Amino acid sequence: MINLTVNGIEIQVSDGTTILQAAAKVGVNIPTLCHIPGKDPKGACRVCLVEVKNARSLVASCAMPVAEGMKVFTSTKKVRDARKMVVELMLSEHDGDCKTCERNNDCELQEIARNLGVEDIRFNGQKAKHIFDASTPALIRDNGKCIKCRRCVTVCNEMQNVGALFPQGRGFDSVIGPAFELNLDTVACVQCGQCAAVCPVGAIYEKSHIEHVWNAIDNPDKYVVVQTAPAIRAALGECFGYEAGTLVTGKMVTALKQIGFDKVFDTNFTADLTIMEEGTEFLVRLKDKLINNSDVSLPQFTSCSPGWINYVEYFYPEMLSNVSSCKSPQQMFGALAKSYFAKKQGVDPKDIIVVSVMPCTAKKFEAERPEMNSSGYQDVDYVLTTRELARMINQAGIEFTTLTDSEMDNPMGVSSGAADIFANTGGVMEAAVRTVYEIVTGSELPTENLHLEPLMGLDGIKTASLLVNGTKPEWSFLEGVELKVAVVHGLGNTAQLIKRIKDGEVFHFVEVMTCPGGCIGGGGQPRFTTNDVRAKRISAIYKEDEGKKLRKSHENPDIIELYSEFLEKPLSHLSHKLLHTKYSHKEVN
Amino acid sequence: MDTLKCTECQNEPTEEELYSQLDDLLIEYSQKPGALIPVLQITQRLFGYLPENALKVISKKLSIPYSEVTGVVSFYSFFSTQPRGKFMIRVCLGTACYVRGGKDVLNALKKELNVDVGMTTDDRLFSLDVGRCFGACGLAPVIMVNDDVHQRVKSDRISEILAEYKQNPALKEVV
Repeated sequence: MINLTVNGIEIQVSDGTTILQAAAKVGVNIPTLCHIPGKDPKGACRVCLVEVKNARSLVASCAMPVAEGMKVFTSTKKVRDARKMVVELMLSEHDGDCKTCERNNDCELQEIARNLGVEDIRFNGQKAKHIFDASTPALIRDNGKCIKCRRCVTVCNEMQNVGALFPQGRGFDSVIGPAFELNLDTVACVQCGQCAAVCPVGAIYEKSHIEHVWNAIDNPDKYVVVQTAPAIRAALGECFGYEAGTLVTGKMVTALKQIGFDKVFDTNFTADLTIMEEGTEFLVRLKDKLINNSDVSLPQFTSCSPGWINYVEYFYPEMLSNVSSCKSPQQMFGALAKSYFAKKQGVDPKDIIVVSVMPCTAKKFEAERPEMNSSGYQDVDYVLTTRELARMINQAGIEFTTLTDSEMDNPMGVSSGAADIFANTGGVMEAAVRTVYEIVTGSELPTENLHLEPLMGLDGIKTASLLVNGTKPEWSFLEGVELKVAVVHGLGNTAQLIKRIKDGEVFHFVEVMTCPGGCIGGGGQPRFTTNDVRAKRISAIYKEDEGKKLRKSHENPDIIELYSEFLEKPLSHLSHKLLHTKYSHKEVN
Repeated sequence: MDTLKCTECQNEPTEEELYSQLDDLLIEYSQKPGALIPVLQITQRLFGYLPENALKVISKKLSIPYSEVTGVVSFYSFFSTQPRGKFMIRVCLGTACYVRGGKDVLNALKKELNVDVGMTTDDRLFSLDVGRCFGACGLAPVIMVNDDVHQRVKSDRISEILAEYKQNPALKEVV
């Protein structure tokens, strides 16, 4: 252990702790613009400078490990002046106008400048190179505002293994972006938006659909339905001052009704439907493999996460046949809204506008995929991130915290707890196992609280095996079979797992979520998402699940009705037409 | 060196041959840590510059994102993605050369060659670039023409220096 003082406060920390981490332990906040907790320090922004007694110069506290007897001062005049100068120099080349910036009031640079007492722009230097890139469906890059902190480079390369972004060039002229300063649509960007989630300023953000949605609501000829992903209810509250992990499901529904949507539905409904389709697909694959010994691809990978779909289409085309053919719950919802619901409600599907609220930026990309129109109309018209919904609520003048709770509308509003947990890593697998196990054995999954403990939590790669016993006669080929499953989140972890599979490790079913923590940590969620925030959102989701009487997708009465009235059965002809899709190898350059 | 140069003159390798040499190179380097920069240096020597297609091959074979490969290429001034002239002229603009008139020398070269920094003359004889310190500060201002170092260069001596290379391009070529 190392003894040191921070602003005179004595503290003991383990060897290897940085000054930044030690200070946080005694409640001393040091500002930083480039640091991502849990990642190697970059020391790029120089805002976290502190004074260390007898040190030659100020040191970057994010990168400097503590030493025995160290005396750290985080707010001396020397420190304040140096930080202020650093920020003033950033502002001297910052090509942006706070008043009209996407990040106004949600900008780390703005906040730090205000805290440091920057009251005017003293240096009006040459501006950073201005590249405005709106080439992709989900993301906008505005390099004029970039402060070159490299957080986006860290997440794109180290966390997601995508490598779309990297510093190009050198010094003042350097630009953070794709190769040769080209636009994002020229490279294998999966649109996950983790870059937008960590950007401290307005240099990368989602392409807004807010105006489109207002226009649709204002158009009397349009019937506008909204669906909300399971991860929204555990995070939206953060935009209105609630602690991370506060469930705001009922308030969210009320707000959506007040905004003026004709129906407020739940993506959870089609999450339950996904379990029916994907679980059945899995059993069919197992049957083909074990009974017919046919050449079927296993493990089956989940297909809910559109960033993962982009990733596999770009980087692992040889694994495409392993990916479930199920559309994601967002797309299944859109296809049903413009067929099943349109018929039931007596509305012409051409007049229906489907809006999604998603924790995700890649969902914007997915909604625009040209093949997603099996009902004859584009499944989903507009996609709002959690952050965009919060902005719309504010635009509508709704005082969110005072709202009373409302219920989702029918017939696409009822869902099981199994659908809620689609929001977090491990959830889709657990939901699938709850149903598949019961289909095969006729009895309930015999684990505590229906959870699969080894698949819960924030470990990057989680595995479990399940011995199948007591099968019903038609599933007797599974008797005594040990089913092996894996759960990964973050594409870097996914790449590692795929390597293990290629090296011979056997799994039957694999859940992949693009973003760390799953959808609750998506690129469209309120900023700033740390592991602590992820854990809180996840526990809120499990609370939602455990609080429901209905815990299993196949018991959802509205799903049962959907099959009996419309789809007939899982993997029926109509299911295939509306709810399933194909993937193809995507190449860049 | 002369013999080596002459055989090269007679058997200029085709693009196909160059890419096959690049493939061999990448097999050799694919397992070595820190391979990127040496591979880029050798590739530039092979092709005379770093064509985009070669960079894509390097990215793929070394499993390094394309953005990182081009990031490294654009960081170091000795790498070029533009075809280069027979003679690469580098003007030192390090501190010592700068204060002793490096900038004037650069301007004179621009005027004489009628090109800007990073460009190549129409006859593909000369490319012009700048460098930051060649480690010859005592000889400032310095320019390099391929591997030849010219010391204490004055603006009015530029045309004289260039004439040497123009008159006998084969003699001075460095492979």
